[in-house]
Amino acid sequence: MIEIINLSKSFDQVTAVDDLSFTVKEGEVLGFLGPNGAGKSTTMKLITGFLSPTAGSVLVHGHDISKSPMEAKALMGYLPEGAPSYGDMTTLEFLTFIGQIRGFRGDELAGRVQHVLGEVDLHSVSHQTIDTLSKGFRRRVGLAQAIMHDPKVLILDEPTDGLDPNQKHHVRQLIKNLARDKIVIISTHILEEVTAVCTRAIIIAAGRIVADGTPGELESQSKYHHAVSVRLTSDYDLESDLANVPEVGAVEKDDEDELTYTILAKNRESIFSKVSEIAQSKNWPVTEFHVRRGQLEDVFRTITQQAEGAE
Amino acid sequence: MGSLSIIFKRELLSYFATPLAYIFIVIFLVSNGIFTFDLGGFYIRGQADLLPFFSFHPWLYLFMVPAIAMSLWADERKTGTIELLLTLPVRLADVVVGKYLAAWALTGIALLLTFPIWLTVNYLGDPDNGVIVAAYIGSWFMAGGFLAIGSCMSACTKSPVIAFILTVSLCFLFVIMGSPILLDAFPDWFPQFLVDAFFAMGFLTHFDSIAKGVLDIRDFLFFSVFIAAWLLATAIVIEIKKAN
Repeated sequence: MIEIINLSKSFDQVTAVDDLSFTVKEGEVLGFLGPNGAGKSTTMKLITGFLSPTAGSVLVHGHDISKSPMEAKALMGYLPEGAPSYGDMTTLEFLTFIGQIRGFRGDELAGRVQHVLGEVDLHSVSHQTIDTLSKGFRRRVGLAQAIMHDPKVLILDEPTDGLDPNQKHHVRQLIKNLARDKIVIISTHILEEVTAVCTRAIIIAAGRIVADGTPGELESQSKYHHAVSVRLTSDYDLESDLANVPEVGAVEKDDEDELTYTILAKNRESIFSKVSEIAQSKNWPVTEFHVRRGQLEDVFRTITQQAEGAE
Repeated sequence: MGSLSIIFKRELLSYFATPLAYIFIVIFLVSNGIFTFDLGGFYIRGQADLLPFFSFHPWLYLFMVPAIAMSLWADERKTGTIELLLTLPVRLADVVVGKYLAAWALTGIALLLTFPIWLTVNYLGDPDNGVIVAAYIGSWFMAGGFLAIGSCMSACTKSPVIAFILTVSLCFLFVIMGSPILLDAFPDWFPQFLVDAFFAMGFLTHFDSIAKGVLDIRDFLFFSVFIAAWLLATAIVIEIKKAN
């Protein structure tokens, strides 16, 4: 379990992290979201003990990162932003170095290195110097070093940044597989990633938590939650048909497609059956008809802009 | 094998993984040859000692050592590997000392490879080899002093070039501190103990006596304390500056 208690960090006059408190339990994959400069990376640097907090504390399985850093750091695997590594070493040399620092020796060391090489599919470049590798490979080298000691806590700062869609899928699959008995905290600004791998999402803005819940819960805060999207074959006045239905809110016309409309649910309750009934009885010229789950992006924008406006 | 020796090994190997170590060693040896035989008048003096060889070392180190030291920490900060390194379960002291010792070992290797000059002087005459060994150790300690300043300067900045310039300037200051020209420049009213303290901090003060074969434990103690103090300063600077 990771406990973050009243964590604050200021640089000169700027407060990057402002009285943050939350707890993460085993099996949780926490997505850490926020606009650039919201304090995501700073929080990760505080949790991993790279930076010391101005106030508050971080407990990793009961070990305070400030008071017993060696014990706490031994439990964590960390992929820093940009996946830094020593460019003049080969993949194999670099991972062996990390393994040695993590306390492995001899056969166990070699076994561990081979295991992570396979886990992130790096065997083909194990004898290449890291400087000569592509961005995607370098990121995987960073991941490999983070999971070397099968850590109880895995902290990944933008793990899929710069990867192609196949690699992204692969890394997400990897995170999911690892997550079963671990704590995983990933920071990202790719919202689809949260829906794909996270069991919980925290949105921060200006160093404070502005939302905390499962991706589903967050999506339900969207104004598009339970909204119905309709695509027509010819123009038709939907609004007059729906005017007398109390559950239905506004009808929005799509910016790009003239014939696509979104019917919002007033109280974010299901309006699908009502709307489909009307559509059948009035014989709407429909080609597509589907319910939307709500957009995380939309929630993200609304919440973070509110928080910034409140500053 | 503790973290210190793992880091030491990695750092030392990385010098040899790039051309840096080879270029350093070759230039060090060539300059030593030029200084000793051409400018130092090794043959003309007609004496079986290595004084001309060693007396140029402070000036040679002045540019060569900062070149190794400049990327010691600046590169770690620039590439972000400092974040990786310091979130591993290692003590900062182990990292600072491990990296430093690797660079110091490189200067030691370069210095050992000057052995042909020692063979030459033994072939030509009958030198006091005890004095030569002492001078070698003294020279290595002086290189260590330069390197410790460089370690701290490198921790101050992300730019190796700035680190180089700062290190050269500071090292120059410590070299000339003990020179008579500077000491004569002090006005008469200046308190004598301050002049003495200034003199005592000078590298030449300590190195000259070692090079001449005067083995005083206090000279070695000076360099040891000097190195320790700058390494401590390195650790403090890293702790303060790692946020930016």
